[in-house]
Amino acid sequence: MDKSNKPERRKFLLKILQGMGYGTFGVMVWSSYLNQSQANVLVLRPPGAMKEKDFVSTCIRCGICVESCPFDILKLSTISDKISIGTPYFTPRSEACQMCIDIPCANSCPTTALDIKTLYKDDKLSINNAKMGLARINTKTCLSYLGLQCTMCIRACPLPDEAIFLHNERNTRTSMHALLKPVVNPDYCTGCGMCEHACPTSEASIRILPLSVSTGDIGSHYIVGWDEKDEKRLKNVSTDVILEKTPRNKKSILDNVNDIDGILKE
Amino acid sequence: MNDFIYKHRFLISRRVTQILILILYFGANAYGWGIVSGNLSSSFILGFIPFSDPFAALQIFFTGAVVATDIIIGSIIIVFLYGVIAGRFFCAWICPVNMITDTAAWLRKKLNLKDKEDSQTLSRNIRYWIILLTFILSYVFSLAAFEMISPIGIAHRGIIFGFGFGWLFLVAIFIFDLLSENYGWCGHICPLGGFNAIIGKYSVVKVIHDKNKCSESMECFKVCPEKQILYMVNKISMPILDGTCIKCGRCIEVCDNNAFEFSLVSMAKQVKETS
Repeated sequence: MDKSNKPERRKFLLKILQGMGYGTFGVMVWSSYLNQSQANVLVLRPPGAMKEKDFVSTCIRCGICVESCPFDILKLSTISDKISIGTPYFTPRSEACQMCIDIPCANSCPTTALDIKTLYKDDKLSINNAKMGLARINTKTCLSYLGLQCTMCIRACPLPDEAIFLHNERNTRTSMHALLKPVVNPDYCTGCGMCEHACPTSEASIRILPLSVSTGDIGSHYIVGWDEKDEKRLKNVSTDVILEKTPRNKKSILDNVNDIDGILKE
Repeated sequence: MNDFIYKHRFLISRRVTQILILILYFGANAYGWGIVSGNLSSSFILGFIPFSDPFAALQIFFTGAVVATDIIIGSIIIVFLYGVIAGRFFCAWICPVNMITDTAAWLRKKLNLKDKEDSQTLSRNIRYWIILLTFILSYVFSLAAFEMISPIGIAHRGIIFGFGFGWLFLVAIFIFDLLSENYGWCGHICPLGGFNAIIGKYSVVKVIHDKNKCSESMECFKVCPEKQILYMVNKISMPILDGTCIKCGRCIEVCDNNAFEFSLVSMAKQVKETS
């Protein structure tokens, strides 16, 4: 008589519950994997790549850029790399971007994940407009900063005297030599990684870091003084000052000073 | 020997096609051959004809990213190919995972790991729910959700560009298909197969059945990876209209009485018959 004792009904309910169980488990595993493989900030992308977060959602993972790389610098990430699966990347310490003038990787991309348009400047296509990353120097391990005239990085650099220049300084430690310190100019550095590849220290003292973790931003609170050009930068900044008003304390000054840990509360 | 080849003519040509396609893609990366480039997510044929997986394109659309023109054109070409001409043939003739699951199914038969009546726990409609879930997760995580875990992508990219630990995933599918559910992945779970079934529903290439020739040997049921589509066998003479038919042609080659054959059925007629 009791409806719930019908075997079909029980089976059906059981099936639904089972399905929900499997479903929840599957979605949980799947979501946590997706969550893990969202944008990794420490990965170097080919020239013309979008911002990492947009890159991983736009890239269709076809590998055409990897195939078109004539020097086999680009690799496609597998499930074991800590990089969103199936996306192109390169590791400058082992192989640096060779800066092809026709940029086959960005040219062949069927999506906009590698956008050749971003490599045009004044209607001229140039690999020198690429911003794959930015070289940063550890001045405590760089041989040139320690006194040796190494200059390997500047000699490897495709834009010497622009992206990396040498800063001549007296060596105060020995008081009789010169220091030829390499300095990176972020305006020109493309992040190709030739310097990192060439660095002779056992761990590279000059390293390419992705822009998201290597660049600063002045923001709108400061400008460069005595520079009209930099003043123009702030022309369109909103001048509305946001004031946060904290409510005024109603207690008398004396009470406020003496009220330690709220003993005057009662 | 000749009889064996005749009895496996579609199976052999499918394996040849699958392997040839893999070789072509592999060669494109390793030796710079120009016939195809890319992989099954998106390719250029002869360097200029775009082929793109419409399911991947839709996922990218749901992530909120821009779907590029090449991808849209490539997807339209594929939708035309599957939707108008060949249906869900991708699963049987191109997909590299098919070789894995077919091997699992074959071994399952050899080891006599038959389905018990009650062990049919997985519904064949799971794949359609997973399609929906794929789109929702793509939207939530701004990532093409199925492309991130797709064993098809892992297998195909793995062969062209290197596996990493990806092969473990393929072993898992093999074991699942072997021990848990016959054609568990391809016939129940894979959302790409489900997607191809949906867009290929009214394609003109169909297997047609002639009940007058049928001798009830049930050989077709033993080999078909999507048994539910054979409901008309020995009952009605009609084309197999279900979109989930992967056009593998196994039923044609195992039937001793030629009760099945590939044929063209006009789309208008199909719409009329199913409505």
